Amino acid sequence: MTIAWTSVAPAVSAAFLSSLVEAVEALTIVLAVATVRGWRPAGLGALAGLATLALIVIALGPLLDRVPLHALQLVIGVLLLLFGMRWLRKAILRAAGVVPLHDEVLAFAAGTAALRDQAQHDTRLDWLAGLAAYKAMLLEGLEVVFVVIAVGAGRGLLVPASIGALAACTLVAAVGFAVRRPLARVPENALKFTVGVMLSSFGVFWTGEGLGVPWPGEDLAILGFAALFLIAAVAAVRLVGLPAVKALP
Amino acid sequence: MKTLINIFRELAGLFIDDGLFALAIGVVVVLAAIIAAIAPAAPIAAGVVLLAGCLGVLLGNVTSTGTR
Repeated sequence: MTIAWTSVAPAVSAAFLSSLVEAVEALTIVLAVATVRGWRPAGLGALAGLATLALIVIALGPLLDRVPLHALQLVIGVLLLLFGMRWLRKAILRAAGVVPLHDEVLAFAAGTAALRDQAQHDTRLDWLAGLAAYKAMLLEGLEVVFVVIAVGAGRGLLVPASIGALAACTLVAAVGFAVRRPLARVPENALKFTVGVMLSSFGVFWTGEGLGVPWPGEDLAILGFAALFLIAAVAAVRLVGLPAVKALP
Repeated sequence: MKTLINIFRELAGLFIDDGLFALAIGVVVVLAAIIAAIAPAAPIAAGVVLLAGCLGVLLGNVTSTGTR
């Protein structure tokens, strides 16, 4: 079976970029736990989170093949629309200055402060700290798994999308453990903006396919949708950003 | 029970941030599905409604949030 690059490239890049954002967020929390309580609870919590994720994938993965293709496309398409447009909306509002930018250094400081505060009231901190790392890994990991399934399922692209996601997670883990600091220099909002555009485009495409819409150009239509979402998003940033700029002294 | 509710909230939070925004997306999808059902001879019409509706919902929501 041959797979066109027009299908593979958007799927792999969407999986890679969204996984990059999620991995950075998970790393910040794991690093906060490691800084306050050491690497043992942080590492154990993170590993337990990864193991739970693996169990979920192993248990639910084979079920995907049993779902009728149109139903799978429709469900995944609608979830992608909700997920991708939520990211894009937030990225637009952040770029326009309506909502403050997500700051990994600030998130790291808040995480460590909360854990230190808990330490004064609770003697079970190792357990709680491990749980924080576990929860971060599981929730951010679930988002990665969802994106991989969403952009890969139904078109035989699960393997390339998984490779893209794994590459991003490995990259973030390697850099994070090398520098032992939150990766504040990653342009998170720009990444979320890009991924929001891509996932929203996939969402429209899959939902349409699920409803039986014969998109002109087939897979190439995704690129057209991405261009339209990008134009709309940039216009929205300018439109929403204008009053904020005018209000400056 | 509380833990289960928290897990459900966290999972729902992956897809729903602003309730009205999510609802508007749902309405667009339902509209597109209705058009696909009543006009099977022109299935592209459902696609046009879906795409234009999503873009409209996005622009409408961010501009109203931004000017609030």
